[in-house]
Amino acid sequence: MDLSHAPSLPILSVRDLVKTYGTRLGCGPISFDLYPGEVLGIVGESGSGKSTLLSCLAGHLAPDQGRVLWQGGDVLTLAEAARRRLLRSDWAYVHQNPRDGLRMGVSAGGNVGERLMGAGARHYGEIREKAEDWLGRVEIDPGRIDDKPRAFSGGMQQRLQIARNLVTGPKLVFMDEPTGGLDVSVQARLLDLLRGLVRQMGLSVIIVTHDLAVVRLLAHRLMVMKGGHVVEQGLTDQVLDDPQHAYTQLLVSSVLQV
Amino acid sequence: MTSAMTLAETSFNFAYLDEDTKRMIRRAILKAVAVPGYQVPFASREMPMPYGWGTGGVQVTAACLMPEDVLKVIDQGADDTTNAVSIRKFFQRTSGVAVTERTAEASVIQTRHRIPEAALTEDQILVYQVPIPEPLRFLEPRETETRKMHELEEYGLMHVKLYEDIARHGTIATAYAYPVKVEGRYVMDPSPIPKFDNPKLSGNAALQLFGAGREARIYAVPPHTQVVSLDFDDHPFVASKADHACDICGSATSYLDEVITDDKGGRMFVCSDTDYCRGGQ
Amino acid sequence: MIEVRNLSKSFTLHNQGGVRLSVMEGAEVSVAPGECVALTGASGAGKSTLMRMIQGNYLAAGGSIRIGGTEIVGADPRVVIALRRSVLGHVSQFLRVVPRVPTVDVVAEPLLGLGLPSDVARDRAETLLRRLNIPARLWSLSPTTFSGGEQQRVNIARGFIHAWPVLLLDEPTASLDAGNREVVLTLIEEAKARGAAILGIFHDEAARARVCDRLVDVTGFTPSKEPSERVA
Repeated sequence: MDLSHAPSLPILSVRDLVKTYGTRLGCGPISFDLYPGEVLGIVGESGSGKSTLLSCLAGHLAPDQGRVLWQGGDVLTLAEAARRRLLRSDWAYVHQNPRDGLRMGVSAGGNVGERLMGAGARHYGEIREKAEDWLGRVEIDPGRIDDKPRAFSGGMQQRLQIARNLVTGPKLVFMDEPTGGLDVSVQARLLDLLRGLVRQMGLSVIIVTHDLAVVRLLAHRLMVMKGGHVVEQGLTDQVLDDPQHAYTQLLVSSVLQV
Repeated sequence: MTSAMTLAETSFNFAYLDEDTKRMIRRAILKAVAVPGYQVPFASREMPMPYGWGTGGVQVTAACLMPEDVLKVIDQGADDTTNAVSIRKFFQRTSGVAVTERTAEASVIQTRHRIPEAALTEDQILVYQVPIPEPLRFLEPRETETRKMHELEEYGLMHVKLYEDIARHGTIATAYAYPVKVEGRYVMDPSPIPKFDNPKLSGNAALQLFGAGREARIYAVPPHTQVVSLDFDDHPFVASKADHACDICGSATSYLDEVITDDKGGRMFVCSDTDYCRGGQ
Repeated sequence: MIEVRNLSKSFTLHNQGGVRLSVMEGAEVSVAPGECVALTGASGAGKSTLMRMIQGNYLAAGGSIRIGGTEIVGADPRVVIALRRSVLGHVSQFLRVVPRVPTVDVVAEPLLGLGLPSDVARDRAETLLRRLNIPARLWSLSPTTFSGGEQQRVNIARGFIHAWPVLLLDEPTASLDAGNREVVLTLIEEAKARGAAILGIFHDEAARARVCDRLVDVTGFTPSKEPSERVA
């Protein structure tokens, strides 16, 4: 049987990750593996610990204990310079609010080019060419390359943030409610775009959201969090259609059917 | 000390600052010299002049001055502008050192917005007045973040600024305070000197000290240090000036000020470095 | 290709007092390459539940499901994902797609997932859509606005675009007119001829009689003590 599409080695392994805020548990202990090309959805309501987990993984928060294994090393023990280099080369982070992930005073081209220049690109023409290419890939008219993000709609800003993140060809992308503030029709366009990019670039993605419709269309696999713990995980459609845990059943049955 | 000094005037410590303060500033200067281009925090004092009038440069000069020094003060290249005159007078009153307008005769030169045209020597100190020492600030307002970027040599953002220039103007339009990299390590704001002066920062025989009073930072370019202006491969740095010769001395190589002479559109170009202009006549 | 042994399924309804409903016990089905087997039984007998477990959409309570030798009961999600990508095709009654994505891309998507170039995938998608009588002017529109019959045909095109070794068909001819029904039955016959193992639910008895080699009545898998009140 040809299962060659199932890579045997994880791209990211999380082991016993714990984050507390004083005496209150943020999340953990949490362990999981993420495989190349896999989209992992983390769902739960506000306060479930899903955002804490994402922040710990992406290096925005220091966990109390645990390991985050990437290419044979523990990211948590990396020197800060190496960790930040990772965050702007092989890793990327898409914020819920594009204002947190973009430089609002810098043109669209400058926003997309920043990671390239950070990686040492010193040829203006090539940087600009790449930025134009990426604007096209996220369906922004390359003719708007010199416009500031504040002249863009919310959906365009979010697509610009994605271009800015993906221009260096990262392998792992963290997304925090990427469709959160968008109109439903704009969400659909973004989801389609993300699906295509995940497939074309072979991206591994960890996406945090409370929107079950979004994960059904985007995530291969789902982790359901409550009170800082993972209460259930599995294949996305299996977790949504045959939830095992009481909380997941409540979560799924609470969604308004369209 | 001149005999003309009154009792009140001699009650100042030499060069206004007390010795403990000067020692603190000298320590900062030594550290700045040891780590070229790195912004060293120091306990900037209140000076008897407003911020923006060179309080940082004045403190650095005060910490460097010795009774045998000869001081020159220039503002935009000229010795006779308000800012230069008042700072020169300040040090005459508080230290009694000799002053000069001749670049070659000065042992300490405090400057605002220019580097003298004449080559400096190893026996000279050039002190710059700096309004905003952080070159990354325009794009990254968080001081914690810019410090981290310096620490980790994350300077991509500096090129974003130049990229924006080219995108908007077709060329790198930054004409002054043009960012440089010092000895292959720290990116530095050379203070608002015209980019025409940038090449003179590099390999200069004099010790170059930069003082920012309001922001309480000192940084330095030691003698014979490599200073490179940032640019793109396809948009290389150009040290530009007005395409004229000086209408007074005829120099074709010095940096020029454009002077409006009447209200009928009459104008002339003259050397911004007044001492250089006199010497060339 | 499909080997189901002693399969059981129960639902625990945590939010209804923790009631545990046992809905299937001792289910046994096997489908050989080139064979088409129909699941039969009254509505609510568990046909869909069994199909969903084989597809990996429902978790089995016990027993074994082997697809081409790969066990999927208790398997890692990525094993099921890989199976679905290249081995296990599926035509459901429901169309679940990202809104606004053109029909031709919806149909071509499984091939892109397998790494085929997009022009090849689109060509094949267009061929199938044409065969299933979806007018070309609709190909660039999202199928979410289509009629039930059109959506059903888009689903079928998607399910037949790759030569899956295993196919699960849930009412493939429902809501189709005679002409399109004929096309679908021919597609099933072609799949059998190339050696696909097919398991399906067919309420259309004539269709069942024409393409199916065997029938398996799931009524026999209903637990004796529980009434089969749970409709999957």
